[in-house]
Amino acid sequence: MSKINSRIPEGPIADKWTNHKNNMKLVAPNNRPKIDVIVVGTGLAGGAAAASLGEMGYNVKAFCFQDSPRRAHSIAAQGGINAAKNYQNDGDSVYRLFYDTIKGGDYRAREANVHRLAEVSGNIIDQCVAQGVPFAREYGGLLDNRSFGGTQVQRTFYAAGQTGQQLLLGAYSALSRQVGLGRVKMYHRHEMMDLVVVDSKARGIIARNLVTGEIERHSAHAVIIASGGYGNVYFLSTNAMGSNVSAAWKVHKRGALFANPCFVQIHPTCIPVHGTNQSKLTLMSESLRNSGRIWVPKKKEDAEAIRSGNLKPTQIPEEERDYFLERRYPAFGNLVPRDVASRAAKERCDAGFGIEANDTNEGVYLDFASEIKSKGRQAAFAKGEHSPSEERILELGKKWIEEKYGNLFQMYQKITDENPYETPMKIYPAVHYTMGGVWVDYNLQSTIEGCFVAGEANFSDHGANRLGASALMQGLADGYFVLPYTVSDYLANEIRTGKISTDSPEFDAAENDVKESINRFLNNKGTKSVDYFHKRLGLIMWNKVGMGRNEKGLNEAIEKIRSLKEEFYKDVFVPGSADELNPELEKALRVADFLELGQLMAVDALQRNESCGGHFREEYQDSEGETLRDDENFKYAAAWEYAGGEATEAKLHKEELKYEFIKIAARNYK
Amino acid sequence: MASKFINITLKIWRQKNNKAKGSLETYKLDNVSTDSSFLEMLDQLNEQLINEQNEPVSFDHDCREGICGMCSLYINGRAHGPDTGTTTCQLHMRMFNDGDTIYVEPWRSAAFPIVKDLVVDRSSFDRIQQAGGFVSVNTSGRTMDANAIPVPKANADKAFEAAACIGCGACVATCKNGSAMLFVGAKVSQYALLPQGKVEAKDRVLNMVRQMDEEGFGNCTNTGACEVECPKGISIENIARMNREFLKASLTSEK
Repeated sequence: MSKINSRIPEGPIADKWTNHKNNMKLVAPNNRPKIDVIVVGTGLAGGAAAASLGEMGYNVKAFCFQDSPRRAHSIAAQGGINAAKNYQNDGDSVYRLFYDTIKGGDYRAREANVHRLAEVSGNIIDQCVAQGVPFAREYGGLLDNRSFGGTQVQRTFYAAGQTGQQLLLGAYSALSRQVGLGRVKMYHRHEMMDLVVVDSKARGIIARNLVTGEIERHSAHAVIIASGGYGNVYFLSTNAMGSNVSAAWKVHKRGALFANPCFVQIHPTCIPVHGTNQSKLTLMSESLRNSGRIWVPKKKEDAEAIRSGNLKPTQIPEEERDYFLERRYPAFGNLVPRDVASRAAKERCDAGFGIEANDTNEGVYLDFASEIKSKGRQAAFAKGEHSPSEERILELGKKWIEEKYGNLFQMYQKITDENPYETPMKIYPAVHYTMGGVWVDYNLQSTIEGCFVAGEANFSDHGANRLGASALMQGLADGYFVLPYTVSDYLANEIRTGKISTDSPEFDAAENDVKESINRFLNNKGTKSVDYFHKRLGLIMWNKVGMGRNEKGLNEAIEKIRSLKEEFYKDVFVPGSADELNPELEKALRVADFLELGQLMAVDALQRNESCGGHFREEYQDSEGETLRDDENFKYAAAWEYAGGEATEAKLHKEELKYEFIKIAARNYK
Repeated sequence: MASKFINITLKIWRQKNNKAKGSLETYKLDNVSTDSSFLEMLDQLNEQLINEQNEPVSFDHDCREGICGMCSLYINGRAHGPDTGTTTCQLHMRMFNDGDTIYVEPWRSAAFPIVKDLVVDRSSFDRIQQAGGFVSVNTSGRTMDANAIPVPKANADKAFEAAACIGCGACVATCKNGSAMLFVGAKVSQYALLPQGKVEAKDRVLNMVRQMDEEGFGNCTNTGACEVECPKGISIENIARMNREFLKASLTSEK
């Protein structure tokens, strides 16, 4: 049997999920307490899955490396969550959301999965409201919406610039309820170190208690990985410091295929880099592009004058500004998808129009002046003031902005020491999200039986580029509405299995492997910190496997990472011991996996001789700098099989993508 | 924004583990960019310690954008340091001057035992949440349409402001009584203000308060320090609302 079987149900696209659910096996309520399920990660996907499976009556063990499940990085999502509710009556539908997501992903996502996502999107909003998630509302008491990139409707639900926080706290409350009821056992400050496979089925994990250092064995009838994305392979990204690929990578090393690792989302609106000691990059939500206009000066000398501090952006008159997104993409303007916006910003900066006074001059403006004026005028009229003064308009306009984006503006000011109500924000693209991940079938099961992968950790729904406000949607859809069905279908065959022993050669071997790798680092007589190597890996990745890629650079990246890996194992210094809280040891174990992954990303980018979504191969572009996709040869998901630490040896499996319900076309936002 | 570099002296609490005795240790750190965040400054110190083959300082942190609530630190006698409305990860070194001596201590509270150095155990907050910080609705997605019950915007906005709590524990750390009433009050208020939370309002407040007391948090004496130090500006109005809810529930609960 081929390793790839996507198990897409038969039938018309709109009926697949319903029919599939009707045909799945069930586990009776009295059998569920006999079955153990492990969930790794407590973000939107993992937290929702653990809560839902606990409610159903399974014995759930949930793991997170943070001090509380509420800290998972889903919490940092800002702008919103999409749902095809059509509350705004602007022509939205399940089909439109499905279509926009497939097109947004540049025709590299699986139709059936995306349609299911659009189908359940409305339930997510219903569920969250029932849980007490305080979404933004209009004066009539109904839910408010806004627009996001790559769409022409208003389908994004939000809670100021803290939507991820509110949704995660909703899932956390559901999870907390199950913990309180004793149906979920929570293991915080625990990190998954390996997957245990017995008779080719996932049967448990090895975890490390990060406080005591104890290595623990946990068995289960199914293991769900919901450990997030791998953006931190670039060192600098908008991910949390602890976000890592290790859980997903361990599963990959045990036999699960890893798909489309080169599909990385570089988000256009982040605060530019300030210096070499910087530890992370901060996102300014895409929702700001509803209100902000992106520009650079038309004249290079103006850009230079700004960088040298001799000119202020507010002194540049309207006609001397280049609103380059509005110029190049009039139909979508500032709300083009992220990959398109990022490339356009890079193009202007590469051409010498960047405005940031840092080493690379990389930065463009995101300007709210027009919006402040127009919303201020509207607000004045709404208050019955029909000839408001300029000051009154500015006052009301700023108030409107504060209500919509207050926390983002405050965050920007804290970091940059500049007031974005008075002067435009400076922004530049940064690594944000990874579309690639563990390959899963329609049931979200990996190529290891009983090992399911959800949320950002899998590859399935966003193709080569994710649309804004779709990550939260996918995380909750997978956790609340997909896994409870598909995992039960799998577990129906496990009701006679009985408790799985952790006293087996497979658990012994996995535990030994973990202990060996820990001892190897602690006994290494190196001289350099883990961060020293991680930063170097990040630079290689950003420069050669970043926004623009080419054959020569990718080959160089593969070589450079190979020698960096050797140097890392020879010269890394990890202080402390194994039996205590040891953050340096945690980092070393994670960076070891990033080094292998980084190389595979370059290998994957090298084989994909086309440009699509976030993957821009400089060799494949048209005369206007737009991506040239090659559907004839690359309309597939690239799923890699692990073959030892050298990514160049990894074996490629192809899942051909079939577009039966959407006509595949050039992606055009002009 | 002109960045400059400053030299500082750090007095940092070091404690091997929960059982060990801790003490303040002194470190000199040069060439700290004023554009760095406070935690990036600590990264720089740790890099220096590692290069000298010494053990780095453990501290909690994750998102570094002020939302996950994992970072903590008592800096120069203030929770999250000298800036207001800011978590430690968003505190920047431009708040400090060349030659400054900066004291860095962990949260100190009976209900937050020290794990190591600057890291404390805040799982008591999780247990309070588990006692009642939820609406008992199953995650079927089959509830009712999200717009079936209109919620007055003012209530929705207030619920959101309460729900903005990041659970960092600064309120407890800064309170002379070690009270968690701002944290609990915010959660109780979020649900009390929304129709979805009203059904279980009585049980919720009674259960959460009982758990709060069991965890060893102190009582509120209205000093208002929590509100001043809260990085998210959670109002003590929420404590008043919780007290009203608690009184109402105590008098009318049928349990």
